[in-house]
Amino acid sequence: MISALTPLPVLLPLLGAAAALLAGHHPAIQRTVSVAVLTAVVGVSLTLLLLADAEGATSVAVGGWPVPLGIVLVVDRLSALMLVVASTVALGVLLFAVGQGSADGDEDTPISIFHPTFLVLVAGVSNAFLAGDLFNLYVGFEILLVASYVLLTLGGTAPRIRGGITYVVVSLTSSLLFLAALALTYAAAGTVNMAQLALRLPELPSGTQLLIQSMLLIAFGIKAAVFPLYAWLPDSYPTAPAPVTAVFAGLLTKVGVYAIIRTQTLLFPGGALDDLLLWAALATMLVGILGAVAQTDIRRMLSFTLVSHIGYMVFGIGLATAAGLAGAIFYVAHHIAIQTTLFLVAGLVERQGGSTSIDRLGGLARLSPLLGVLYLVPALNLAGIPPLSGFIGKAGLLQAGVADGRALALTLVAAAAVVSLLTLIPVARVWTRAFWRATPGEVVPDSGAVASGLGGGQAPVEQTAWERHQAVATAAHPADLAEQGTREPSDRPMPPLMVAATAGMVGVTVALTVLAGPLYGLADRASADLLERTPYITAVFGTEGSG
Amino acid sequence: MTPTVVLPVLIGGLYAAGLYLMLDRSLTRVLLGFLLLGNATNLLLLSAGGPAGLAPLLGYAEPEQMSDPLPQALILTAIVITFAASAFLLALIYRSWRLVREESVGIDEEDRRVAARSGQDADEIDPDQLAPEDRPAGHADSLHGPHVEEPDGHLAVPSDDVDLARPRGGAR
Repeated sequence: MISALTPLPVLLPLLGAAAALLAGHHPAIQRTVSVAVLTAVVGVSLTLLLLADAEGATSVAVGGWPVPLGIVLVVDRLSALMLVVASTVALGVLLFAVGQGSADGDEDTPISIFHPTFLVLVAGVSNAFLAGDLFNLYVGFEILLVASYVLLTLGGTAPRIRGGITYVVVSLTSSLLFLAALALTYAAAGTVNMAQLALRLPELPSGTQLLIQSMLLIAFGIKAAVFPLYAWLPDSYPTAPAPVTAVFAGLLTKVGVYAIIRTQTLLFPGGALDDLLLWAALATMLVGILGAVAQTDIRRMLSFTLVSHIGYMVFGIGLATAAGLAGAIFYVAHHIAIQTTLFLVAGLVERQGGSTSIDRLGGLARLSPLLGVLYLVPALNLAGIPPLSGFIGKAGLLQAGVADGRALALTLVAAAAVVSLLTLIPVARVWTRAFWRATPGEVVPDSGAVASGLGGGQAPVEQTAWERHQAVATAAHPADLAEQGTREPSDRPMPPLMVAATAGMVGVTVALTVLAGPLYGLADRASADLLERTPYITAVFGTEGSG
Repeated sequence: MTPTVVLPVLIGGLYAAGLYLMLDRSLTRVLLGFLLLGNATNLLLLSAGGPAGLAPLLGYAEPEQMSDPLPQALILTAIVITFAASAFLLALIYRSWRLVREESVGIDEEDRRVAARSGQDADEIDPDQLAPEDRPAGHADSLHGPHVEEPDGHLAVPSDDVDLARPRGGAR
């Protein structure tokens, strides 16, 4: 049963992508195909999670090759949990994108590319979660990265190309680093199968181990946006269309975090770099949140909080205790959902308010109380206000830190608490300025001058540059620009499907709170598996210690 | 088969040259650097397979004489991926050149603006009272700036990139 289901989260989206590409000229069929495929993936992932939790880790040798030779896919509690959260989030984002696409009626934009690419992205993410050897992990990364290059530069406007180039070059560099680490691993250990590596790596000289470990950490650290390697993220994410930014923010960095968890626990259990990880976590949390406080654009603010909260997960990994890892796993699940939701809400805000700059927004709470609720619940959750899942994850991590008791761990506990409070500042500022204050037209007496400044006495080049900027900022059809250029908040109703998708994602984050007990139990069991290591190795080899 | 010094030296040289090119602001050089780095990594993978042997075909050679086929398979995959990525990068560079007539790494305007802002609390600033170039992105007029006339006659896209030299005229 479980072995028949395991390849499906990779296979279904890939086949779906092919079908969606063939149906490129029939948007309705394309939408149906991709929604159906992702719904099926969610179902398969849920089944896998239940089975993996009941039966423990299982491996599937793809193509029937004997184990150390062929490719293995491994499902254990951690990867199954990641699959469930990732596919759920992807489905929510896809529905949002469908709602946006049909509402804007942009038949000429390259939207026929969007669905197949999105499905390929999901296939890559699933493959990375299921990969049982390092090279397959690399291939999974490449699949999702190539899809993400296309999605990030969708439409090919100047700001997107500029942000996209940074993203592409940084990602390519990290991939090459990963590949070089793979070559060294193979030269040293003679295998890239992770279970076999777990047995062979401890026999290597400690210097070799440290070299491979640090190269892998740097490669994954770039993808996860950990402190010294994060600068590409706030640079490139905010330019993409709202659903794309949402799925990137939710999933892509977390795949990096997952890879760090997997390699740190399975391949390098010695904890040689744990202190370094803790320092990196400290810097990531502080630098990220200070960056967020300085921003006036909602999307950039959210990108910086994303960086900051990666620090919490690295904190849990760096502790390397069962409690720390459980906290990190729970926090990953929580953060995937919450960050995606917030970016979707930012997309709605942009649509309703005509901008994502909090200097220009205002009066949204009166314009659309529903939007206010949709923003406030996940925003408070992000900051970690008590009953919500963000608080539960942070409390778990803080407890693990206190239990660890070292001075460095205690410093991190203090920093995590401070960062949690600091998160409230940008989040609350968006609330007071974009939602709570009066509409800018009432505060700024000469908002008419702003509008007229658009038309009067400018060189044509400037106007086209402005229009390009505008078109990207609002992701709108150029024909809508005349209407949106005045930056009047629009009171046309929000497309129901976009609202429903966002509301559904808010529901998921609330469900994470309600189901926090069982979920945290699952995270506990997953982290126990990770630290024990034998379940994974036994799952691949069938018997203990062979290979 | 005696160990050879050629491969390590070649790999090291390619890594050094590739890294140097990647640090350039011109995108074509970045692409070339990426290609060199990719080749260096492929050679590293090749050398990870141990000493060279006969082609790993069944019936052609004894298994003991064959070279390790796995790194070759990995290299093949890596080459395909590198090929796809460089094609995409080329398309990006061309698009960038079509749009802004530049093929150097662009400037994040919003980043510059946030960095240049005074220590005042952002909440207390009325954007309409700031100079146009200090206004936050998304604010109307924020793209106003002095025109720069290029030698070839077209108007450059305004930027607040004050401390970097204009790209060399010969680069395009």
